[in-house]
Parts: sequence; C-alpha cells; structure tokens
Amino acid sequence: MMILRTLKRQPLHGYALAQHIKRTSDDLLQIEEGSLYPALQRLLKQDLVKAEWGTSATNRRVRIYKLTPAGAKHLQHEVSSFERMLEGITRVLAPGES
Amino acid sequence: MSWLRQLLSRRRLYSELSEEIQAHLDEKVEELVADGMSREDAIYAARREFGNVGLLEERSRNVWGWPPVEDFLSDIRYGLRTLRHNPVFTVVALLTISIGIAANTAVFSVVNSVLLKPLHYPSANELVAVHQTAPGADGLADFENGLLLSPSMYFTYAEQNRTFQSVGVWITGTANVTSLAEPEQVRTVDVSDGVLQAFNVPPAIGRWLLSTDQVPRGPERVMLSYGYWHRHFGGSPTVVGQTIMLDSRPREIVGVMPQSFQFVDADFDVISPLAFDRGKVILAGFGYHGIARLKPGSTIAEANADISRMLPIWMDSWSNGPGSNPHIYETWKITPMIRPLKQEVIGNVGELLWVVMGTIGLVMLIACANVTNLLLVRVETRQPELAVRAALGAGWARIVRGLLVESAMLGLMGGLVGIGLAYAGVRFLVAMGPSNLPRLTEISLDARTLAFTFVLSVLSSLLFGFVPALKYAGPWSSSTLRSEGRTTSASRERHRGRNLLVVSQVAMALVLLVSAGLMIRTFKNLRTVDPGFADPQHLQLLRISIPDSLVTDPDRVTRIQSEIVDKLAAIQSVKSAAFVSEMPMEGFDSDWDDVFAEDKVYADNTIPPLRLYKYISPGLLQTAGTRLVAGREMTWSEIYERRPVVMVSENLAREMWGTPSAAVGKHLRESPKMAWHEVVGVIQDVREKGVQETAPEIVYWPALVIDIFGTGPRATRAVTFVIRSERAGTESFLNEIHQAVWSVNSNLPLASVRTMWDVYDKSMAQTSFTLVMLGIAASMALALGIIGIYGVMSYTVSQRQREIGVRLALGAQRGHVLQMVLQQGTRLALVGVVIGIVVGLGLTRLMSHLLFGVSAHDPLTFAAVSGLLILVAVLACYIPARRAILVDPVVALRYE
Repeated sequence: MMILRTLKRQPLHGYALAQHIKRTSDDLLQIEEGSLYPALQRLLKQDLVKAEWGTSATNRRVRIYKLTPAGAKHLQHEVSSFERMLEGITRVLAPGES
Repeated sequence: MSWLRQLLSRRRLYSELSEEIQAHLDEKVEELVADGMSREDAIYAARREFGNVGLLEERSRNVWGWPPVEDFLSDIRYGLRTLRHNPVFTVVALLTISIGIAANTAVFSVVNSVLLKPLHYPSANELVAVHQTAPGADGLADFENGLLLSPSMYFTYAEQNRTFQSVGVWITGTANVTSLAEPEQVRTVDVSDGVLQAFNVPPAIGRWLLSTDQVPRGPERVMLSYGYWHRHFGGSPTVVGQTIMLDSRPREIVGVMPQSFQFVDADFDVISPLAFDRGKVILAGFGYHGIARLKPGSTIAEANADISRMLPIWMDSWSNGPGSNPHIYETWKITPMIRPLKQEVIGNVGELLWVVMGTIGLVMLIACANVTNLLLVRVETRQPELAVRAALGAGWARIVRGLLVESAMLGLMGGLVGIGLAYAGVRFLVAMGPSNLPRLTEISLDARTLAFTFVLSVLSSLLFGFVPALKYAGPWSSSTLRSEGRTTSASRERHRGRNLLVVSQVAMALVLLVSAGLMIRTFKNLRTVDPGFADPQHLQLLRISIPDSLVTDPDRVTRIQSEIVDKLAAIQSVKSAAFVSEMPMEGFDSDWDDVFAEDKVYADNTIPPLRLYKYISPGLLQTAGTRLVAGREMTWSEIYERRPVVMVSENLAREMWGTPSAAVGKHLRESPKMAWHEVVGVIQDVREKGVQETAPEIVYWPALVIDIFGTGPRATRAVTFVIRSERAGTESFLNEIHQAVWSVNSNLPLASVRTMWDVYDKSMAQTSFTLVMLGIAASMALALGIIGIYGVMSYTVSQRQREIGVRLALGAQRGHVLQMVLQQGTRLALVGVVIGIVVGLGLTRLMSHLLFGVSAHDPLTFAAVSGLLILVAVLACYIPARRAILVDPVVALRYE
C-alpha cells in the first residue's frame, strides 16, 4: 500500500522509491531495502504497476515504476478498507463510550 | 497463453531484475560516497542495508511462479548432460530399449490392425457369418467349415427369419474372361440376394446387384472389384453398361465396388449373381457360405435360436426328390453356430498373434531388467555424488525425481528411435507374415499404435527407473556418505536387487527358449510327415477350367484335358503329367458326399459317413509321387469306355474292409441311381488339409464320371494339371507350358501357376512364421540374458577384487576362488532355471494348439534349454572370474 501510495504521486525507480519510503516514514519502518523488489514483482504480476526503462537523475539506466489504473483502483479500495479498519480500532480503543 | 509467453521471456525478466538491483546498489554506493564514505565502506554499507541479494532475487523470481518448471527443466538438462557424459552406457541402454520397443510396436501394430480394429463395413458389429455344425453326420468332422448352407436353406432363412435385416449366401470360384486381350482366369464371388445388402457398402460407381438380377436364365449382370476395374478398364466410369465375356457368355457390368471393400477374406475380381432356380432347388447342396446382418438389438444367441426354429420348416418345405425322406437330416443334428464376421475373417491367427505379442512382451521385460541393472550399477557409482547432493539439502524426493526424469528420457528417446525401427519392423512382418494372414493390407502404424508406444515407453522407464531411484535415493541413503563402500565389500543386501533381476531374466529367457524349441520340434515333425506326394520342388501345378459355354460335351472336355496332358508330357525334361480335381493343400472347396458299399447293409433313414471326393486322371500317382498301396491305377481306356471303376484311400479301405488288399474288387456307389463301381486300387493316405491335419478318407473317381444321378456323364471341368520336371518353376518352362496348352485350345487361361513346394510351404506358413517370431524373441532373450549375467558377475567381481586379493594373499588357491565366483553365478542361473521351468510348464500350454507331434511339456526341450542356459551362464561368469584370479593380490590391495 505504501508503494502504491508513493507511486500514485509520481512514477519512481526502485532506489528512489526505497529512499522516498524511508524518508517519509522518518526511518520509523526498519525494513531491508531489498525486500522492496519481491513486493514490486508481486505488484507487476498483478498488473497494479507497470515498469519502463528510463534514466534516473544520476543518469543510470533504471526501471521506472508507474501506477496502472487497476493499481489506482486497488489503492483506493485498500485505503478505504484500511480506514474502516482504523476507524473500528479507534472506536474500540476510544475511552468512555461503552 | 500468457504463461507461455512468460515462460519464454523469463530469462529476459530475470536479467532485468538483476540489472535493476545492481543499479539500486550502485546508486546507493554513489550517494554514500558523495556523503564522504570510502567506496569500500560504501559498497559494504549498501549491501548491508539492501539485505541478502541472492535470496531477495530468488524471492522476486519466485513471485512469477517459475521454480517447479525451472526445476523440471534443470532436471532434464542435468539428465541429458549425465547421459551425454556416459556415451557407452547411454548407447547400450538406448539400443536395448529401442529394439525392445520397436519389436513391441511392430507386433502391436499387427495385433491392432488384425484383431482390434473393426472391419471396414458400416456397423460392422451387426455382421455375422452363418455357420452350422452337424455332429450327427459321420465323417463331416474332416470338413473345416462345418456344414455349409444349401440353396434351399438360404430360401427358408431369407423368408422365415425374425432376427436378420438381410441374409444371403455366397461361394467363390473362377471364371474365364475371353473378351479382353489374352484369355484370363478371374476370381469370382457368386452371391445371392441379400449379401450386398448385408455388407451395406455403397458401390464406387453404378449400382449393386439387385433381386431383379437374381432371375434364373434372365439377363446376366456382374459387378467388378476396384482393382480389376483399374487394371482392365483404366478406372473409366463408362464401364457401367459395357459387356464382358465371362465363361464365354456376355455379361453386363452394372457397378464397381469401392477400393476399401473386402469380401470377408476372399480376393475377387468379379461379383456375379447366383440366380438360384427355385423350382429345381432340393434340400441338399451344402456348399454355400452364409452371411447376415442382425437386426439392431438382436443377439447372436437369438439368431441361433431363430435358425433352430427354422430348420424343421426347411425340412418340411423342400425334398431331395420323390421317394426320399426329408427328415433324414434330423440324424445329422444340424446346429446353428453363428459367429461375428470379424472372427470369420481373422480365423485362428488370433491365438498365434497373442502368443507372439506375449513373447515379445517378455523380451521387453528382459530388456527392462537389463537396463535396470545398468542403471543400478551407474547409480551405485554415482552414490557419493547423490549423497553429497542430499547432504547439501536436496530433498530425497527431488533426487528421486531427477533419477526418474533421467530414466523417463531414456525411455522416451528409446520410444522415438523405436518408432523408426518399428516402421522397418512392420514391413518385415508384413513380408514375413503368413500370406494367408487376414487383413494384411490394413496393417499400419496408427494413432493407437503410437499411443501404445508412448505408454510402453513411459511404463518401461518407470519400471527400470524406480528400482534404482528408490534403492539409492531413499531417505535412508545418507548413511552412504559414511561408508562409501571403500573399506567394506558390498553387502549381501546391496546385491539382492541385482540377483533378483538376473534370476528373473534367466527364468524369462528359459520360457522363450522353450517355446522356440517347441516350435522347432514342431517344424521338424511336420517336415518328416509323409504328406502323400514326393519331391514337391519339381512338381509344377497349374489350373485350367473349361466352362460349359465353351465346350458343352463332357466327353469332349475330358478328351481336351487328356490332349493337354499329352502335350505337356512331350515338353523336354518332363517325366510325366496328369491332372486331378485339386492337389492336396491347394485350398479349393472340395467335393464330398456319402458313399454306399455293395456288401454293406444300410439301415433306413440314415446317411452313411460323408467322404471327400476327388476326380483323377491316370498317371497322377506316378507324377505326384503318391504310393499305390494295393491293386492298380485306372486307365484311359477304362475312362473313355465308361467302365465303372473307382479308387479309395488306404484309411477308407481299412475302415470298410479291414485291409487295403481286401478292398480291391469290392463295389461302391454314391446314390442308388448310380452303377456299382469296382474298387481297382487303394492309394496311400494324403494330408489333404495340411500336414497338421489328419488325412481324410477319400474316394477317387475317374475324371469322367458316369451316371451320378442317372443324368448321364459328367466331366471335371476345373482341374489342376500336375507336371513332374527338373525345370519346374523356371520361366522358359512356363512359356513352353503356355504354348503347349494354347496349341490345344487358345481360349484357355492358365491360373494358379505354381510349384507344389509353394503350396506345401504356404500350408506351413503359419508354423514357420511362429517359428521365426519365437526364434527372434528367444535369441534376443538369450543375448540379453547373457549380457545381464555377464554384467552382474563382472561388476560383482570388480567390487570384490580387494576381498579376493586378501584371500589370495592369505593363501587361498586360485582354483578355489574361481570356483567360488562360478558357484555364485551358477546358483543364480539355477534358481532362474527352476523358476523358468515352473512358469514355462504353465505358459507353454497356451501354445499347445500351435504344436504338432510334441507335447507342450516336452521333457527333452525343457532339459536341453535348461542345460544350454546353465552352460551359457557358467561361461558368462567364467570370464570375469578368470580376470579376478589373474589379478596380482598386491595390486588388488593397493588398487583403492
């Protein structure tokens, strides 16, 4: 979901994506950078993202990932269900209402 | 198909992935360097933060779901590589498998085409042959076809039945065609109404013969076979409506049957109508084959019951002439025995083909055993490798699969090569096969045969793949890393599998060799039987028939025949010539009837035993080399003067009068209206239906018979001329024969021109075919068996080399060691032989019908074959054993 969310804003290549997620989460999520790739492959297979070869800011040949319409829809769905879940959790945890 | 595209593009996909990850790392490193870190540290840090590159790459790849396919492909690649690296093993194994598969495929294609495929008729399962037996009729048991149908039976069955869509009768014959180029004798099938309707095969052009063509003395019409149409009319459609001279009478061609049409098992050129004259039909005349198409839903049992119901109606409806009792046939106990038409076509080759298929199958098993052995040895040498793989984490299932893939590849490659060889094999079989093998032209490699080959390949690879795979890649095999067979001799257990294989190979080889041995004895027995003629190589045969329409006067017919004999005898090198209604084993429909003796009393309402009738010219015995047992031959003057003389076979003379000499001077006749004929001579028994069959009782009438039913003389119009000459069968001789015959009458075609040897040989074709097939199977089995024993013994010896070295070093006699090794091999062979004898005693019984003059349990054959196998086994052990004891003990000990 994080990947999709990030890609929704702009297409990015792997390294940039990893840096971006790291930055935006303020290093809160300690994940191996590499584990990004199996996840990306999964998304590719499900046609939620697509990849094109391009050049990075450092002038390297890289694969740039882009959200597909299906990916956008999936993201919307995921976000809304996540929000519902969050809402549920919040309600349960909210004090003094029982 | 997207998975296929993915499959094909996966290499690109994977390399892109690696490239991408590399780019990621590079970028990171550069960034870190830019931040002031040393390059080395940067690479290190980048990698640490990224995680395990290899593992992540693999996990990324796994997302795409390749691994099972990948593993499989790599198994295949690995298998191919190992096979390529062991060319000797691969070639030997492949050859063994492919020859086995080829032999099985070839034989199966014959079995499939002949026995399994339905006949080429619409709804062929409804077609039946109307057979009858007459257990109450004495002597009829000699007639192969049981009791054929008479025209009156045909009328009754066609009009009164409740179970047939249509029913008819047919008979084969020959006719002379004189309107086209040279006179030619053609093969005819005469059919009644209902026969073509039963086959229900539409004509290629024109129309069928219909009931309107079955009018006696009406316009005569015929149909042609496809082959004859093409040979003589170039396949021209204008043939319909043309006229052809058949037996000197014009016949209108109304249609042509299609190429695929077979008339049961008869080859034919022309189909003509029988056109029975209803007013003249009597009860007797049992000479016609019956064919019928059952109504849908009717069974053979119902049809049999239907015929049983109609038999009394038949006896009530017809007679044999005034004063005769029609119910006399009740004593014959006529019983319907309707059979599927397919069974009629196949005849008795079914059993033969299954025996051949069984033996070839056994050869395949032996071949598999041999390959198993090879694989076992190879897997054993690969054990360290397998153990290392297992130790490195390969699951045993994976290793087993690898081994199985390897053997499956062997099997399938063997199958491919085998199909190629089978093509040649089928040609060989068709060429070799008995010329009377039915449906010979239909034999081919079809989809079912290819499916059979595929299944056979897979099954056999499983068979020889599983044993080594389970034995050495099982979960328990990890122990081999420890022992690795260096310091110990092979354990008893490790040999058990191989010993078992050797024992079963010996046993199977014994069974095959015994069957081949029995066939050899059968063949020898057949050859030693006196068939009733001598030196068949130098006996030229040819058939001439003189139709009614060409020469009407019977006396004249016989004079023409006698003239031909004189001309033939005058040809240079000819010792003598004669003619007869048919020579033994020629396979023409024979004449038969009952016969009365003057000095015997016959009870009313009984029919005396039925005898085979033959019509002969003087000089036949001398020409054919048939012995005269008593009395003398009839003479030409007796024939022309119409003296009532007759000759009989020795067994008939013994049956009726006790001794051959007592028969001379006695009197016989066929019917009360016939004059009594004096028996002037007794002729040795002749194996009329082939050497395997007992000689039937025969009455030999003169070629010109007088007063059969008081209707005047009758000539034998279709006869076989018999010429004894050293030049029999040569082209120049045949030319001279043609000239001689045509100098008498140029309208006479010569047919069935062959030597007596051809006839004799053909009558044994089935036996010699079985002999050759079993011979091939048995020699393959023997060769494979020898290789198997030799392989195991030499492997065992090489494994025990160090042990033998120790024994020798400790002072064992070389002779003792030799004996020890030999004993081991001989013991295996002995066990195999004993098992083989037990199995063989059970199995050879299945082929007892194919044997002649030898029991299926012939002790001599069993003993000889057992001896041979043991001897061969000892020899196969001796070579490796000798190699073992010749080894210097020091070298043997240092060897490892």
